Amino acid sequence: MQGTPTGGIQQTIGDPRLQLAIYSATRRLIEHRAGAVGSERLPDYQELRTRANQIKQHTIEHLDHYLEQFESNVAAHGGKVVYCRTGEDVSDFVLGLAKERKAHLIVKSKSMTTEEVHFNERLERHQLETVETDLGEYILQLAHERPYHIVAPALHMTRYDVAELFTKTLGVAKEVEPEKQTKIARATLREKFLGADIGVTGANFLVADSGAVVLVENEGNARLSTSAPKIHIAVAGIEKVIPRAQDLAVFLDLLGRSATGQPLTVYTSFLSGPRRAGELDGPDEFYVVLLDNGRTKLLKDPEKRQSLYCIRCGACLNHCPVYRKIGGHNYPWVYSGPIGAIITPQFHGVSEDGWLPFASSLCGACAEVCPVKIEIPKLLLKLRSEVTEAKRAQGSGGVERFAFRVWAWLMTHPKTYLALARLGSKSAGLLPKVGPLGSWTSQRELPPMASQSFHRWWAQRRRS
Amino acid sequence: MVGPEAAVVTAREQILADIRTALGRAGNATPAPLAPPMLRNPQMDRNLYISLFVQNLEKLAGKAFIVPNPAAVAPMLQALLKDQRAVASNAPFLAACGVTGLAQVESGFTEPEALRQACATAGVGITSADYALAATGSLVMLASPQEARLISLLPPVHVAVFPKSRILGNLDELLARIPQPAEQTSSMVLITGPSRTADIEQILIRGVHGPGEVYAVIVEEENS
Ligand code: SF4
Repeated sequence: MQGTPTGGIQQTIGDPRLQLAIYSATRRLIEHRAGAVGSERLPDYQELRTRANQIKQHTIEHLDHYLEQFESNVAAHGGKVVYCRTGEDVSDFVLGLAKERKAHLIVKSKSMTTEEVHFNERLERHQLETVETDLGEYILQLAHERPYHIVAPALHMTRYDVAELFTKTLGVAKEVEPEKQTKIARATLREKFLGADIGVTGANFLVADSGAVVLVENEGNARLSTSAPKIHIAVAGIEKVIPRAQDLAVFLDLLGRSATGQPLTVYTSFLSGPRRAGELDGPDEFYVVLLDNGRTKLLKDPEKRQSLYCIRCGACLNHCPVYRKIGGHNYPWVYSGPIGAIITPQFHGVSEDGWLPFASSLCGACAEVCPVKIEIPKLLLKLRSEVTEAKRAQGSGGVERFAFRVWAWLMTHPKTYLALARLGSKSAGLLPKVGPLGSWTSQRELPPMASQSFHRWWAQRRRS
Repeated sequence: MVGPEAAVVTAREQILADIRTALGRAGNATPAPLAPPMLRNPQMDRNLYISLFVQNLEKLAGKAFIVPNPAAVAPMLQALLKDQRAVASNAPFLAACGVTGLAQVESGFTEPEALRQACATAGVGITSADYALAATGSLVMLASPQEARLISLLPPVHVAVFPKSRILGNLDELLARIPQPAEQTSSMVLITGPSRTADIEQILIRGVHGPGEVYAVIVEEENS
């Protein structure tokens, strides 16, 4: 059903193994973050957030200026910036370059931006082998799945899943020890690194005053992707630019801690251009693809453009009661959790993924942990009213039809409804309650979600 | 777009124009000034840098050795390497410490392919470090003709040998000292502990793609 969640939610909620996997992984990430941003470990934490927010606001409000500055500094160091409006533009550019350079093999390090435009699928259609090299992403590529989480992409899979997958796809003997599984991946991917013609990465930051791409990672696959092949292509959204190299003191101190509780990830690479005279390694060619893919649409509204401040730390996902219940694959796009809920409808249009802004209990945890202080609940509310507006504009009964579809879907999926109703009971609730939907739902006498859900109340009453 | 007269708008022009329209900005408008960068002084006795560095590196399962002078480095490495084959970078400090004279060590590469082959098969990669960061236990490597990237990346073990004087307090102090890394190098990498992953069931495993073991050899007196 278009515009409403998929049946996968019920399946996820009803799968105890998956529930445990999501719960324990996010809990661990929550604990690690809490340990790293506490007042003893990081007394400046709140000031850093404020500064990060100010820098992002300033940069986004002058985005054209900083992109041009970035572009000329990349050129000054012998690299090249390529602007792309769509995912197709990106694959056209890469395919064209690969053809000219007679490239056959691309190694890739984790990048949500390339996931967003289905980069691998596009290239594979043209017989260009593209290999993911981050361990989690490699597993997902073998399994033909998309990331479950923006920081921990394979958090839903067990070692037994991995064992089976490796046996099936790599033809190796069954191995259930993660340590040995990692060795298998290392050996397989090492050959790919050394044979690859092109390394494709994302970018955590683009530094305007340096023309540099900054990459943070723990495994070393981004370093290998940018050191071994002759060509490095970084694919980044236009919002990734920051003004100065010195601003990294703020952003790097926040990113690792918010994502995994690390003061710095194992590798932080600051890359500006191809290898220079006399260097024995590093790429001969250096490209930065700046992707729009709908981002300019998010700039118009002074409040909603905050969505572009995101540094993809994943903290809002870990702290979101809805994400922790329904997991990553039930969101319609590669970006899941609270950040997914605010950017997906803005990229795809509110009538397309209109249910997303309602999939939140508005508990506010996401805004509290966001290192760049995006006001996620405020944006969710704003988008909710836009959804209802859009539905109303679709003609008489549009709003009712939409609300009814959400409602009807939930009523026929009682487990989902129960789980979400329990989350929603704390505050504004999952179901459309704002605007005209509010009165509509009250007329239909939905089970109360204000303090205690009806189902739970009923169950308790029967027990006592 | 149709007809030969239609102006060809490049993606670049289109994107920049879309941004300006959305923001209501003129093409040549310079931004309002941004507050100066926030760089925090480590506020710490410099004499404590070395012990803090050691402590933080070892928290990440790295290992540090402190030796009194350059002459003490080679015997120490000899014991560490045993019969493993190692590749050393062209950093002058390694030569000054006698590292390149060790029988197990291959060095002085000038050919990219030869260096790559050696790194792909060596058990240990030996480099210097341009800086180290006490607060995080990080090594700071600036790529150059003296310091290739693959030596600290391909072999399963990385050993960095550097004088104590190169230890800085934190990332902020590094960025205060090098405000524009791109002016000096095409690649500045901070290495904070051994390569690791937690992608399978959140279980921590070291040595995924980069070295699983990282050693720092800190030389107290630079000149012997
Ligand atoms: S919205 Fe904030 S908390 Fe969520 S991923 Fe982005 S930066 Fe992190």
